[in-house]
Amino acid sequence: MQFFGGSEISPSPPAPSAPGNNGHMMYVFNRNGVCLLYREWNRPLRTLDAQQDHKLMFGLLFSLKSLTAKMDPTSAAEKGNLGMPQLPGQGCSFHSFRTNTYKLSFMESPSGIKIILVTHPRTGDLRESLKRIYNLYVDYVVKNPLYTPGSPIRCELFNTTLDQYVRGIG
Amino acid sequence: MPPVAPRTGDAIFANIERVNAELFTLTYGAIVRQLLTDLEEVEEVNKQLDQMGYNIGIRLIDEFLAKSNVSRCNDFRETTDVIAKVGFKMFLGVTASVTNWDADGTCCSIVLEDNPLVDFVELPDNCQGLYYCNILSGVIRGALDMVSMKTEVTWLRDVLRGDDVFELQVKLVKHVPEEYPYKDDE
Repeated sequence: MQFFGGSEISPSPPAPSAPGNNGHMMYVFNRNGVCLLYREWNRPLRTLDAQQDHKLMFGLLFSLKSLTAKMDPTSAAEKGNLGMPQLPGQGCSFHSFRTNTYKLSFMESPSGIKIILVTHPRTGDLRESLKRIYNLYVDYVVKNPLYTPGSPIRCELFNTTLDQYVRGIG
Repeated sequence: MPPVAPRTGDAIFANIERVNAELFTLTYGAIVRQLLTDLEEVEEVNKQLDQMGYNIGIRLIDEFLAKSNVSRCNDFRETTDVIAKVGFKMFLGVTASVTNWDADGTCCSIVLEDNPLVDFVELPDNCQGLYYCNILSGVIRGALDMVSMKTEVTWLRDVLRGDDVFELQVKLVKHVPEEYPYKDDE
């Protein structure tokens, strides 16, 4: 999906000077809209308080998913009104959008874990990277006996591994 | 093209870390034994095992999805097939089969011929009401709960009770649609 940025009318930020440092921030939500994790690497501008920001991001994804499914020209199934609750497996889903200033990549597992990574607009396809992050989440969070499912993640080891991994994303 | 979901769990089973089967069997046996001592009532032990299984299932589903590359299933038939062929293989090293579908495709049986949990196990006379493997039904229920399917899982046949195989009945109660979780005034 391309918003506004197609012909480069509006200025893009300069290409990143060195590899690494492409990540702006990352969110992990669970199926109930709880923000399990928020990581920030490079976010000069902040307009909302953290809680509002998380809610807005979740709302954006939720609505966009519902829109993309509604607009899908290939699926013949009865789709109902926009915003109708969807059954699991119903409808298509989007995996990224790009503006002139950032790119948002999105992955949702069938169990409702949503991973959102916001990066420099010139980063390539991150679908494999998001899967890798999902695997990290499983290894460091889900398998951690001290972690209560559904609560915000407080695990230093996960954070360090994640930081390291995201730094390596080109 | 998205990666094709595996039809069997063999490749994944070969690649993940495993523990010694006997250690696993004996540890499970020790847990059940301890529960019997602590809770005294066989019924309570069944419930507790189911609850423990549920708690495992809600975590296990993510490991399953992350490692197996399975994406959303189209219907309940595909779901049970994946559980039997991929899930059981991946975590227990055995393969199950799916049979006895009812007419609307919401209820079926998963049949296990081989079950590593019950090696060396015999039920004593005072534990005849015990569903020794009740943890498995809890795991399936918990895992399906996390992918928006409410199910009821019950044992129909149990080798420890004199049947020839293990048979788990899985009944789909309902699909839970995904809804916007926040209220406007929050």
